[in-house]
Amino acid sequence: MFRKLALSTAMALGLATGSAFAAGEGGHVEDFSFSFEGPFGAYDQMQLQRGLKVYTQVCTACHGLKFVPLRALSDEGGPHFTEDEVRAYAEQNFEVYDEELEDYRPALPTDHFPANTTAGAPDLSLMAKARAGFHGPYGTGLNQLFNGMGGAEYIASILTGYTGEEKVEAGTTFYENHAFSTGWIAMAPPLYGEDVDFDDGHPNSIEHEAQDVAAFLMWAAEPKMMARKTAGFTGVIFLVVLSVLLYLTNKRIWRPIKHKP
Amino acid sequence: MSGIPHDHYEPKTSGERWLHKRLPIVGLLFDTIMMPTPKNLNWMWIWGIILTFCLALQMITGIVLVMHYTPHVDQAFASVEHIMRDVNGGYMLRYLHANGASLFFVAVYMHLFRGLYYGSYKSPREVTWIIGMLIYLAMMGTAFMGYVLPWGQMSFWGATVITGLFGAIPWIGEPIQTWLLGGPAVDNATLNRFFSLHYLLPFVIAALVVVHIWAFHTTGNNNPTGVEVRRGSKAEADKDTVPFWPYYVIKDLFALAVILAVFWAIVGFMPNYLGHPDNYVEANPLSTPAHIVPEWYFLPFYAILRAFTSEVWVVQIASFVTGGIVDAKFFGVLAMFGAIVSMALAPWLDTSSVRSGKFRPQFKWWFWLLVIDFIVLMWLGAMPAEEPYASFSLIGAAYWFAYFFVILPLLGVFEKPLPQPATIEEDFESHYGKSSAPTTTPAE
Repeated sequence: MFRKLALSTAMALGLATGSAFAAGEGGHVEDFSFSFEGPFGAYDQMQLQRGLKVYTQVCTACHGLKFVPLRALSDEGGPHFTEDEVRAYAEQNFEVYDEELEDYRPALPTDHFPANTTAGAPDLSLMAKARAGFHGPYGTGLNQLFNGMGGAEYIASILTGYTGEEKVEAGTTFYENHAFSTGWIAMAPPLYGEDVDFDDGHPNSIEHEAQDVAAFLMWAAEPKMMARKTAGFTGVIFLVVLSVLLYLTNKRIWRPIKHKP
Repeated sequence: MSGIPHDHYEPKTSGERWLHKRLPIVGLLFDTIMMPTPKNLNWMWIWGIILTFCLALQMITGIVLVMHYTPHVDQAFASVEHIMRDVNGGYMLRYLHANGASLFFVAVYMHLFRGLYYGSYKSPREVTWIIGMLIYLAMMGTAFMGYVLPWGQMSFWGATVITGLFGAIPWIGEPIQTWLLGGPAVDNATLNRFFSLHYLLPFVIAALVVVHIWAFHTTGNNNPTGVEVRRGSKAEADKDTVPFWPYYVIKDLFALAVILAVFWAIVGFMPNYLGHPDNYVEANPLSTPAHIVPEWYFLPFYAILRAFTSEVWVVQIASFVTGGIVDAKFFGVLAMFGAIVSMALAPWLDTSSVRSGKFRPQFKWWFWLLVIDFIVLMWLGAMPAEEPYASFSLIGAAYWFAYFFVILPLLGVFEKPLPQPATIEEDFESHYGKSSAPTTTPAE
């Protein structure tokens, strides 16, 4: 009985894994290890704070985060700054256009990170979910089951994947990057190492900076991950207990039918 | 309900009698829930309940999502992010709804292949089968239109490709496509009508589900042996059946809880595994994604669609015979819909007098090959349209049609079936031991 159920479930899963068939090629994505991987993984608050610093001092030159509200920086399960810190951060770093004032004013926590389309750079709000680092084997997407989707790994790999070669095509400069699908990316290398000084004295080599900002962008894309995993964990435990109780109930109900006295 | 003899509802109090004379609704519910059900059903008979649950889950989460969603090309994507970030529990609602669609299709494929293996489609259950096929088609329409609503890149380009299929119909195709889209291309009008229909179709499905249940409550359930319940008298029927409540309700609820535990783990721990990363990029009509891939549940049929290129000889003959009216694109569309229609025709294509695959030694092999074919086609549907995938898809598509139009009709003629049990009771007792005279055989 159980064997058959297990078979059905396995078959259902087998069908489902057809799924993530994200046809992807090119680019080598390094499988960096992040604290938020796996069912029990959590964001590293200090890493998110460092990543925010890299984002603020480097990425904002060309990119925006238009879907992310600044107030989310004080949310639990995220960078978890105090509200005063967030207010100060917003005021010091961003100006937004206020339609009522018909003028620019310093940003408030209730504002979103500004959009930024300078140089045609894409918005980064969802970048960590809009890229998959892993696709294989044979395009089945099965390795995402073990490695995760790989969005943060993809971002960190791009940031550290420059070889230093450049070429100019039709007036645009391309930079060789072995993590990018075509091998040549239009974005100039944003990080060189020691671009940002971290307050906690954490090492600021290019690998560290890249991973920190990738982690921050993962949070920006999936700010409710911690709450979601908690809900997942609670729900699974509840359903397992319910399953056991229903199994025993079922056994008992069927007993007189299967084994008549 | 007619069919298997069983006890009917008797109003006992004066209040019950009062209502029963005016509206026999309690009697209807009683007869439905106490329906005599073959007592030998195995675990593949649980998927009906899972499907009913999925429909309810999708409706409930969907109705709440609609409260926060904005069907406009400039705001749809942002409103989904609003749900994910600002709405209380919105991220769970959306992930449940998105993954709920996948659970729905896992269940429908299990249910469908169970029907194909145990011959549930055969007389007298053809109408149940046909209604089921209509539900499946409505599900595909609903899922496709729902995937457009977040207005991501894959939403937009998926809609462009799929509505383009209608454009392949000769002469009337282009006007139909324009009519479906509400304009020359996928735009705000398309998003609005898809939203409207995505909300409407689940209620159509719910109505079809009622008819589906009504139909098989009239004929009685099939069962793993394919042998019918004896209907000569109530005493005879009682030996083959148990009432649906509580026996199957509890069994199905147990199965539902186990499946939901797995489902909940996917929603909680890897909710984006079944989605496509490109749909987290807002729709951009000026930038085509490198690969336009439908959701996993459409992939087998997508592979069949793409298998028939202009280099395939069948397509060339069709094109020659019709004077070029049936080109490769239209042939592919016909093949894709034909693949679904061929399933719907199974009751009339299967000539075997034996219902259950359990007693058909050769059928079994062909059936499992069909399941493998389905899974391989699913993989091929996600691969780029190039060699060797194109040739594999063609072989896969050919087997799909061969199964229904050649193998099923011929097997009934050539296959020598195994002996079947005379009654369901006999089958049940061969599993659990004889019910009578336990004193003489105390073993077990």
